[in-house]
Amino acid sequence: MTKIELTVDGARVTDDVEPRLLLVQYLREKLGKTGTVVGCDTSNCGACTVHLDGRSVKSCNVLAVQADGAEVLTIEGLADTHDGDGLHPVQEAFRECHGLQCGFCTPGMIMQSVDLLAENPHPTEQEVRDGLEGNLCRCTGYHNIVRAVLHAAGGAR
Amino acid sequence: MIPAQFDYIAPTSIDEAVAALAQHEDAKLLAGGQSLLPVLRMRLNAPETVIDLGRIDSLRGVRDDGDAIVIGAMTSHTEVRDHPLVREHALLLAKATAEVADPQVRHRGTFGGALAHADPAGDLGAPALVLGAEFVVAGPAGTRRVAAEDFFVDLFETAVGEDEILTEVRVPKHTGWGAHYEKFVRTAQQWPIVAVGATVRTEGETIAEARVGLTNMGSTPLRARAVEDALVGQPASADVVRAAAAHAADGTSPPADLNGDSDYRRHLAVVLARRAVLAAVGD
Amino acid sequence: MTATQETRAEIGRDRRRKEDQRLITGRTRWTDNLTLPGMLHLAMVRSPFAHARITAIDTSAATAAPNVVAVVTGADVADEQGSLPNAWAITTDQVTPPHPPVAVDRVAFAGEIVAVVVARSAAEARDAAELVDVDYEELPAALDLKEAAQDTVLAHPDLGTNKSALWVFDSGEAGTGGSVEEAIAKARTDGIVLEREYRQQRLIPAFMEPRSVVVDPTGEQITMWSATQIPHILRFLLAAVLGIPESKVRVIAPDVGGGFGGKLQTTPEEFIAMVLARRLGKPVKYTETRSESLVSGHHGRDQWQKLTLSAERDGTVTGLKVELLADLGAYVSLVGGGVPVLGAFMFNAIYKFPAYHFACQTVLTNKTWTDAYRGAGRPEATFAIERLMDELAVEVGMDPLAVREKNWIRHDEFPFTTVAGLEYDSGNYEAATARAKEMFGYDALRAEQAERRASGDPVQLGIGVSTFTEMCGLAPSRVLGSLNYGAGGWEHATVRMLPTGKVEVVTGTSAHGQGHETAFSQIIADRLGVAFEDVEVLHGDTQIAPKGLDTYGSRSLVVGGEALVKAADKVIEKARPIAAHLLEASVDDLDFAGGRFTVRGTDQGVGIGDVALATFAAHNLPDGVEPSLDSEATYDPVNFNFPHGTHLCAAEVDTETGEVRLRKYVCCDDIGTIINPLIVEGQVHGGLVQGIAQALWEEAVYDDSGTLVSGSFVDYTLPSAADTISFEVDHTTSPATTNSLGTKGVGEAGTIASTPAVVNAVVDAVRHLGVSDLTMPCTPERVWRAVNQAKGAGQ
Repeated sequence: MTKIELTVDGARVTDDVEPRLLLVQYLREKLGKTGTVVGCDTSNCGACTVHLDGRSVKSCNVLAVQADGAEVLTIEGLADTHDGDGLHPVQEAFRECHGLQCGFCTPGMIMQSVDLLAENPHPTEQEVRDGLEGNLCRCTGYHNIVRAVLHAAGGAR
Repeated sequence: MIPAQFDYIAPTSIDEAVAALAQHEDAKLLAGGQSLLPVLRMRLNAPETVIDLGRIDSLRGVRDDGDAIVIGAMTSHTEVRDHPLVREHALLLAKATAEVADPQVRHRGTFGGALAHADPAGDLGAPALVLGAEFVVAGPAGTRRVAAEDFFVDLFETAVGEDEILTEVRVPKHTGWGAHYEKFVRTAQQWPIVAVGATVRTEGETIAEARVGLTNMGSTPLRARAVEDALVGQPASADVVRAAAAHAADGTSPPADLNGDSDYRRHLAVVLARRAVLAAVGD
Repeated sequence: MTATQETRAEIGRDRRRKEDQRLITGRTRWTDNLTLPGMLHLAMVRSPFAHARITAIDTSAATAAPNVVAVVTGADVADEQGSLPNAWAITTDQVTPPHPPVAVDRVAFAGEIVAVVVARSAAEARDAAELVDVDYEELPAALDLKEAAQDTVLAHPDLGTNKSALWVFDSGEAGTGGSVEEAIAKARTDGIVLEREYRQQRLIPAFMEPRSVVVDPTGEQITMWSATQIPHILRFLLAAVLGIPESKVRVIAPDVGGGFGGKLQTTPEEFIAMVLARRLGKPVKYTETRSESLVSGHHGRDQWQKLTLSAERDGTVTGLKVELLADLGAYVSLVGGGVPVLGAFMFNAIYKFPAYHFACQTVLTNKTWTDAYRGAGRPEATFAIERLMDELAVEVGMDPLAVREKNWIRHDEFPFTTVAGLEYDSGNYEAATARAKEMFGYDALRAEQAERRASGDPVQLGIGVSTFTEMCGLAPSRVLGSLNYGAGGWEHATVRMLPTGKVEVVTGTSAHGQGHETAFSQIIADRLGVAFEDVEVLHGDTQIAPKGLDTYGSRSLVVGGEALVKAADKVIEKARPIAAHLLEASVDDLDFAGGRFTVRGTDQGVGIGDVALATFAAHNLPDGVEPSLDSEATYDPVNFNFPHGTHLCAAEVDTETGEVRLRKYVCCDDIGTIINPLIVEGQVHGGLVQGIAQALWEEAVYDDSGTLVSGSFVDYTLPSAADTISFEVDHTTSPATTNSLGTKGVGEAGTIASTPAVVNAVVDAVRHLGVSDLTMPCTPERVWRAVNQAKGAGQ
């Protein structure tokens, strides 16, 4: 067991964990942050995307021990990072533009979109598409996801 | 999904890491983990000990060292891609790094980790090779430098010994060289079926120097010297480039898999080499 | 209530979804989220061999591993695990191998479960699973579909054959048309005969949420949570197969992350979890990894299609003969045998073919079982006929749209009984095609194509057409009965007016991304004249929604929605005498509109919410009136419905590399009345990409030993946003005449239509170079080779 201490969605947490525990398992199983999900075992699908020290990562591809001392933001804490009530603008845009159907890829898709817009606040459609290349969705055909990100970018302007 | 049990060590200095490596027989170095962790999760490998290099600050960053830039092994792909020194002096590396995997993996994956993993389909090997990179390796006997042409030994095998750690990579400055990395995939997420990296220095309308590297055309990154030789001293015209690129697959034995047979890869290498060189010339 | 105008407008309004709040904030309830006290975890030991005899299993090391509770082999549960059900024997003499959830003495595909480890944590279960030592004696494997159909190597030696069932339809014999043989014979002398063979590659549904199941055996009822499309069917079959009273089984499908037919299955894992939870008396959980999902969840498609089309020289089709081989994989799955039969009615598509013959041989092989995947039978049929119509156009020198128009059913010919025996109730192919052409800029793209051909541009442009229809809204029970399907096709709904004026709606459909909570709220809001926000839709739990037949085959709205309407109408009729009583008026003098009963010719009225409250209080009800505004309805559709559309795709082909890039995709679909255009467009977009992915990217590939090579997302290449484009989507509206809302299904439309549109575009781009067909997926290498070979042949 290895002791880790980190901040998740603004709260300090500390635990003894097996080194092999993946960050996503730590979030889901130890902290009950089940909003972040696991969709594959090869880091292709991006459903588990969270922010680690401010940048998007696939939390199935990070050990919990590697996150010792770090700040983690998940879909469950996203709305709180935004000034004002209610949803983060990217969450709102996904709803407004129907950028989700079954919703399983959505937490990862939203977290990656937030990262994408932080790096490039006014992306072109192609830049949005390229920026989401590490996230798979089987329901939407991406059309409305791309629209949602562009909508959020417009809203931020 | 769940890796087998392992012991975990997180040294904070290179010396500590080298010592840990010496102490533990069945140990695996963890850099960004973007290739290693899927392997562990699928239980294709189950080392007894994992040594995490992530707490060694001296392995991070890019610095100017006279006629070379020095990239720390644990520098993330995103940092490499965006670093002004890299963009100025090793543009081909910046462009190839931008093509590695996807944004999340680029945030987490590391320059040295990718090179030491030595996947023949990795995007960084061919650019490092053609830029004449030198690999700095630390071991029990101190550090040594390995030339790029000696670094890649075989599929997933490098000159880094079992008791050694890749600490940094020295890339000779190619200031003012045009560059392009042309990657061919079926879907954006894929490893390249074939990719060609080209970097070119022109004097007026003439190609003064050219370096062309091939990704996934053999068990290691390859340099397409026949293409380079056919370019140097020639006018940077479409015809010259086309004729030179025709040699791109000379002497290669590319793999065959779901995405393409060997002959298709050889053909692709020719097409992509032409496109890469033309783009680099126009850069 | 003053919301009359607004509530009336609910149908057709692009309401944002009620489901989204929990999904975009991570407050979801996926099965894998569940943890119960004392819960045990399962890990599966799976066969690495496609076909092998199990000679020994040593579980001792695994049993001794930390926190392992049990290690179970097939022999251990042979008496209680039953055999996984096949609900659709397509012929009375169908050959159906038994399918034990845990293999007992032989495995028939790589990935089949041979042992199960139960441990206190998932990690420990997996650790111990590595310690189970299985000895196999490899057997020859039947892998190639065509070879398997020859019975040279048997997938199940005991059966003596790989041929499971032969299903035949002939329009001459059925009296729905003429003789195909005669049509072909005639065309051989004075017309055109096209003979083609197409391959429907094997696909994997690849829903994003891996399957997961939790079983809690404590208490009086056994509760199963499962990531399934079919909680009701699952409950019934668990009970029937395992001999548990159905009343003792509760199945819950909580939030379910996609299905596409892939979760229309009763799985070995569900049966194993049920058996072991009962045996151990503790809750158990199993969540598959993606690799397990790809190798053991059922696959889709996998057919060889041999087609003979006869036509007159002016392009008029005179007959179509279809001979299929369909790969079932190692077992006959829940409805897998019936998938090609669903296609049998669709090869004639939108056309007035006078003669039609269909024969399908289903074949067992030593590969993963196959079953429904988005479209199930209909994409295969549509692909074949839409590819053929393009070939016919070339043969007779016509524009591909013109040759279709020559053969299609004109809008004034509906209702139309097809050569396959279905009655198409409504449609307007002319209108949808005209709109699609306009959106596409058809003529300008044809001009650009001509330019590129003339200049020898290395990047060529192709235009692909697909004018599809499908039968959906599964299904009239009598039709299912005639096809020997094991259940009906009705759907059930309950509508309850609560005393506060809110409405609870219970549906037997089971959404997993479709937006039923939203669309059904819109229907009820309109029907009862209540606010959209005041309607709560409940589903996916057999205790809350005890009756239902779940979600697949584009049935939820057209069958389940109609049940809802009928239940709501019953509520109104129940409320009417109470309203009349409250208003001291005669029932016959009451009108109901906008949520309000009014006395005709007066300004007197009462809202349905007030009637609900009065009914709840029951202080002042007319004699003999039940104090309840709950009603239920079960609706059995009278017919399928037949959405259609015209899809146009422009694709660029880089002839140097073989790469295909989508340039433009437009479609105009006719799905009748639209409840929520936002949801409809989302369904179309998602369907399009799945269909496009079949054309360009996806294939489940096995190697010569029967190992699934594309067994992870590294090699089973789903497209990402970076691989696709935005679409232009529009609609024409020919309401269905067979349900009161006029709706048609839309869940599968995009997938069915897009595959041939894309392949037609790719072929069209390089046809002038001598290429007339391409195997799916049209990978760069295949396209490059085809162009190269054609060049070689031309020289």
